[in-house]
Order: sequence, then C-alpha cells, then structure tokens
Amino acid sequence: MAEMWINMGPQHPMTHGLWNLRIKVDGETIVDAEPEIGYLHRGYEKIMEVREFQKNVVLTDRLCYVSSITWSHAYCLACEEMMGLDVPERAKYLRVITNELQRVASHLMWLAAYGPDLGLLTALLWALRERELFLDLIQLISGARMNQNYPRIGGVRNDAPPDFGKYCRKVIAHFRKKLEDHEKVFEQSKLFQMRTVGVGRISREDAIDWGVTGPNLRACGARIDLRKLDPYDAYPEIDFEPAVAHEGDSYARYKVRMDEMRTSCDLIEAALDKLPAGPYRSKPPRRAEGEGFRRTEDSRGEALFYVIGDGDDRPYRVKIRSPVYSNIFAAPLMMRGNKVADVVAIMGSIDVCVGEMDK
Amino acid sequence: MSGHLVDLWGWSHALASFILWLLSLPLELVNWISFQATGGPAPGVPGLIDFVTGEGLTAFVAVIIAVNILLLWATAFHLLIIMWIERKMYSRLQDRRGIMIGLGSAEILRNTLGRIPLIGRPFRRPSHLGTGFLQTVADGVKLFQKEVITPATADKWMFHAAPVMIAASTLMLFVAIPWSDGFWLMGAYESRVVNGAPAVVPVNPWGILVVLAAFSIAPLGILIAGWASNNKYTLLGGMRAAAQLMSYEIPMLLSIIALVIYAGTLDPFELVRNQTAPLTYGLGPYGSLTVPWVQNWYILNPILWIAFLVFFITVIAEAERIPFDIPEAEAELVEGWTTEYSGMRFGIVFGFKWLRAIAGAALIVILFFGGWSGPVFMTLDAPNLAASGSTYSIPILFQEFWFTVKVYLIFIVFVWIGWSVPRVRIDQILNIGWKSLVPLSVLSILLAALARGTGWF
Repeated sequence: MAEMWINMGPQHPMTHGLWNLRIKVDGETIVDAEPEIGYLHRGYEKIMEVREFQKNVVLTDRLCYVSSITWSHAYCLACEEMMGLDVPERAKYLRVITNELQRVASHLMWLAAYGPDLGLLTALLWALRERELFLDLIQLISGARMNQNYPRIGGVRNDAPPDFGKYCRKVIAHFRKKLEDHEKVFEQSKLFQMRTVGVGRISREDAIDWGVTGPNLRACGARIDLRKLDPYDAYPEIDFEPAVAHEGDSYARYKVRMDEMRTSCDLIEAALDKLPAGPYRSKPPRRAEGEGFRRTEDSRGEALFYVIGDGDDRPYRVKIRSPVYSNIFAAPLMMRGNKVADVVAIMGSIDVCVGEMDK
Repeated sequence: MSGHLVDLWGWSHALASFILWLLSLPLELVNWISFQATGGPAPGVPGLIDFVTGEGLTAFVAVIIAVNILLLWATAFHLLIIMWIERKMYSRLQDRRGIMIGLGSAEILRNTLGRIPLIGRPFRRPSHLGTGFLQTVADGVKLFQKEVITPATADKWMFHAAPVMIAASTLMLFVAIPWSDGFWLMGAYESRVVNGAPAVVPVNPWGILVVLAAFSIAPLGILIAGWASNNKYTLLGGMRAAAQLMSYEIPMLLSIIALVIYAGTLDPFELVRNQTAPLTYGLGPYGSLTVPWVQNWYILNPILWIAFLVFFITVIAEAERIPFDIPEAEAELVEGWTTEYSGMRFGIVFGFKWLRAIAGAALIVILFFGGWSGPVFMTLDAPNLAASGSTYSIPILFQEFWFTVKVYLIFIVFVWIGWSVPRVRIDQILNIGWKSLVPLSVLSILLAALARGTGWF
C-alpha cells in the first residue's frame, strides 16, 4: 500500500482534547508523525498580565482542569519568590497534601483514559470510581471538585476541616486495596502486556534531549523528580523515593504512574502525621517588583512559572512552561516503526492535557 | 422426549395455504358467476385456481413466510434481548446499573394510574428505575429517524450494497441454523432409527457446512463497505477485517473438522441427537464407560477440548468482539469500517454484528453443548375432549427455551471476556491466528482421529 497521511484529530477519539496528530502510514506501519497543536490556545500569558496577582490563581486553575491545584500552586510559589514572602509551616504541609491528592486524582484520570484507548472501557469506570473519593477529599478541604481556587499567594485559602486526616487515611487505605484490582485488570493481563511492553520506546538520552519530564522521563530510568532535586514546600522534610522504571516503553510509563500513586498516598500520610499547628496563610503585599522563577513537579512533568513584577499590582510578564508541550513533540520519536494501533498505546501513556499544552 | 414448541414449516405452510385460499376466492366467485351465466366454468379459471392453491406455489409462499419469521426471530427477539443483556452485563462489570428505561418510565402511567390515591404510588416513580429494556427499542427507533447520509466521494452503489450483503449473509446464518427439532427451515424429515426405535426425524446432512459458508460471506461485504466509503479509516478497518476474518476462518474450519471426525456427521440434528444419549467414554479394547443421568455433550469429552478452545476463540474473532474488534477499534480508527454509515445503515452494520455473535454462540451450543437438549422437557397435559382417552401436550419447558438459554449463557461469556480485556493489535491477532490456533486445530484433528481409530474416548 502506498504511504499516506492520516489526520488523527482535531476531533478524534484518540486525542482526549483538541489537537491533531498527523501520522504517515505505510499500510499499518507508522513512518512518520507530526503533532499539530494550538487549537485550544487561549492566550494565558497575556491574560495574566491584566489581572492582579491573586486573581490569576483562577486562571491557572484552568490550565489543566484535572490537575488544578498543582498548577495554581506552582504559580503561587513563583509569586512568593518574587515577593520574598514566607509561607507558614502549616500551609506548606497543607499544600503537600492537596498537591498529592490532586496528583492521585490526575493519575486516575489518566488511567481512566488509558483503558478505553486500549479497548478496555471497564477501566474507565473503575478508575473514575476511585477518583471520586479523592475528589471528595479535595472538595472537603477546598469546597470544589474542579478548579478549586485553593492555593493562595502566601499559603492556602482555608485550613483543613476537622477530621480531615481521618477521612484521608480511610480513603487511602481503601484505595490501596482497590489499586490491586486495577493491576489485575491491567498489568496481570497478558493482552495488556502485549499492547504496551516494548511499544513506544524512547531512550534516556533522547528523552532528556527532547525535554521530556515527569513520569515519562522517570520511565526511562532517570531519577529526576523536582520534589527531590529542587525541593519546595514541605517536601524536603518528608522522606520518599520517586518511582522509576527503566524500559522507557509504554508499559514503563504505566508502571511509573501506578507506583507514583502509591508514593503519593505515602506522602499524604506522612504529611498528615507531621502537620503542625499554626497559621495557614500569610498576607502578601499588594504590589511587587522583581522576578520569581519556580518549577514544580506537576502530575505530568516539570511545570515552570516565571513571573516578573514591575511594582504594579499585576504581573508585567508571565511565562508558563508546560510539560506536555515538550512531551508531545517527543512522541514522533516513540511512534516511528510502530503500528497504527500503537498510536493510542503511546499517546495514552504520555498523558496529554491539551489545556496546559496550548495555554 | 419431543418437546419443541415451534413447527416452523407446518405453521408457515398452513399460513401460506390460508393466504392462497383467500386469494383464490375471487377466482371462485368468477367461476360461480360463470356457472350461473353459462352453466360451465370460466375458461382457464379452474386451472388457475389449481395453480394458486397447488402445492408448488404454497411451498414457495411458505418459504417466504418462514424466512420472514426467522427475520423477526433474529431482529425482534434475539437482537433486542442480547443488546439488553450486553448492556446490563457490562454495566454490572463496571459497577453501575446501566440502562434503566422500562415500561414504568412511561409518562402516561404516572399521569393516569399514578394519580389514583393510595394505590397509585408505585406508578409515581422516577423515570429511570426500570429494567432498561425499552432503551434498546428507543435506540432502534432513533436510528430509523436519522438521515442516511452518503458521502459525496463514496462509491454509491457499493456503499449501499454492503449493508445489504452483510445483513443478508447474517440472516442466512439464522436460516441455516436449526433452533429446535421443529424450528428449522433447511432440512427434511426422514425415517431413522433413533436410540433403537424408529422415528421420523429432521435431517440436514450438510447443515454445519452451510452455516460456515454463510459465515464467510460477511468479510466480503465488510471489505466492500470499507473500500466504498472512500475514507482512510474505513479503508484501514476494512483491510483489517478482511485479514482477520479470513485468517480466522481456517482454524475455525479445522477445529470443526476435528469434531466432524469424532462425531462422524455434519448434520446439526444428528449432532444434537448424538449428544442427548447418555455420556459414554470409549475404553478401546476394554469396552466403554457409560455415565447415567448425564448427556453426552461433546464438551465433556477431553479429546475435544482443544477443538472447543480454538472454535470458541475463532467465533469471538468472527463476531468482531473485544479483544478481536480491531476492524472497529474506536480508539484509533474512529468507528472502523462503519465510520461513514449513518441512520439505519449504521444500525444494520452495527446490529448485525451482534446477530453474528448470537449465530456463533448457537453454533457453539449445537456443536459442544448439546444443542436444544435440556434436562427437562416439561409439558402441560390437557385432556383432548374431541377424542376421549388422548391428551394434548402443551410444552412448557420446550427445546427452544433450553437452546435460547444456552445461547445466551455463551453470549454472556463473550460479554464477560470482551469487557475485561483490552484489544490486541492487527499483527498480534494474525500471529495468534496463524501461529497458535492453526497448529492447535491441526493437533485437535490428530487427537480426534486417534480417538476414532483406537476406540478410546
């Protein structure tokens, strides 16, 4: 069969959002691939220049709606660095807790999307069932299930409700058991292994060259986790080991995310144990001048905010670095030589979120 | 132990005779007028009456009626029920209730019976608390209402011919498969000795072969559908379907050959009759071991287990169900070869896939699970008032009931498998077919031949 280009997107079941993957196929084999993005560009960096520092949290929530808290948190960290603001101890721990809750919820959303990609719709419902519990916890502490608007410059919006730790531990104990069910459906299934092992392999060097970060990079054997390397908040005070796999294929990326959910559960429990008393928020200045540059370990990789203030009450310039933006352009590397059916196995394992990619 | 409820040929023949008798009445009237006027019959009319009410035309009309009954049996009965079973089953696997619109959801019940004080309360209930059976009906009605869109660049004749081809070949399956001792269209009654007693039984010496031939027509329709839509997704889907279905035909036929060597017949009626006998294991020179109270289903014979395994897997592949639903593969190929179809054209190509699954399950039941033989054929005996001493036997648990129950149980296993595993890739599916299933089916032929040759099993 002659080679032909196929558009997978902008409206296609594979895309999980609004973007286009053009693939060049020779029969069923992928010869080349080319992501086309920008369908969801909303001009975030420009809009943020006309809103006050604190009000921008509403926007950063909407960068990725399955991972709102982590994104707002990264923005708040950058602003705090610019303002030279000290965050109370309790707020740091609350941030760790909510970040990790959000990370588990985000990874469960990824798991829910990965199942149908491979033709396993049951996994969607199961993963969303578990995600519901974490959304309940997030709702308990922040009052909302999506776009929580929870982190504040200088802390968090409100303290944890009474018995929050008790509910967290209960959910986590339940979730640990349920995660084994998920592993039965996924990795203990021979068919799942046939679809993912050895598919979409990328080497550690290539991944670093192309700017791949997050679970996708850790799946290549690189122990690069900004919670460890460039720690922020209460992460240096909590001992944990980031999940790492070595194969660099779709299965390794799946494995890293599954392990990361366990790590996050451990982190939440440890943070709850150490949660100090005290204020949860310090008052930020209204106007600020200077530069703030913070990167955090987002659910999908390295999130970066670069905020410049010129003495006004709103930022002069904001730069957002989205991990998905870099990850997705390494996808053609992973795809070449694989079959058409592997497109979903690869793109699903990369975990695309179009909102943060197109900004 | 007879006990079939439906006598398809008898019913349709009687109906055909009645219709043709009604048609002949005007001719009789003409004849009568002629007698009154001239004292003799109208020229040519008695011959015409003989032709209309004769056996030739009656049989022709009866076949048409029987095929239509089978069409209703397939779509109005089986299709609705298995769609409901599938949707309820996978919803339960997914920890939810699934479709819940039933008769109780009807607005009219709440507005009439629901208004009655005291006893009306059960009818004033939320609309989504039913069995969900009406949802499948609603989906069918919705598809009928939708516009049929033909893509501008499609090959129009082939595009519209493909669903007809698929639907016709699937219906051919339903015509070729016997559903009980009386519910069949292909075959003939013959006098045979059954279990030591002479009896008139249906026979169809090439029945299984016809079913398999009907199974292998659909890939052609799918390929045409994929090509004629003139769309890259449908083309890939059609090519995948052709590759998959053709490569799975071979192990399917080979595994049936194993069974045929063991059973010694291709006649579905004969196969089922064999399986109603008591379970017997041949012990070579030492005679045989008979287990009372257990029917001789071929699944109980270890020598045929490999053949059963291969046949079961190939039926799942032939029905294009997960894990072998790569021609459809909604994640990467949108909707595969059915992408460009809309309205009831889509309903046909999508719904008849379920019917092929049911036909496959029926074939599994006939070949390995004893067909329509059941543990009990309950009849309700009523005295025949016309002739004292004799009774009418009205079947309660009849052959069609047992057959349908078994077919649905097999189908539930399909659903169970389909919703707990991901789908495999096209190269992997062909690898499984050619490298695993074909050798296994050849091995099962060898085993069956050994068993026949040595008298063991």
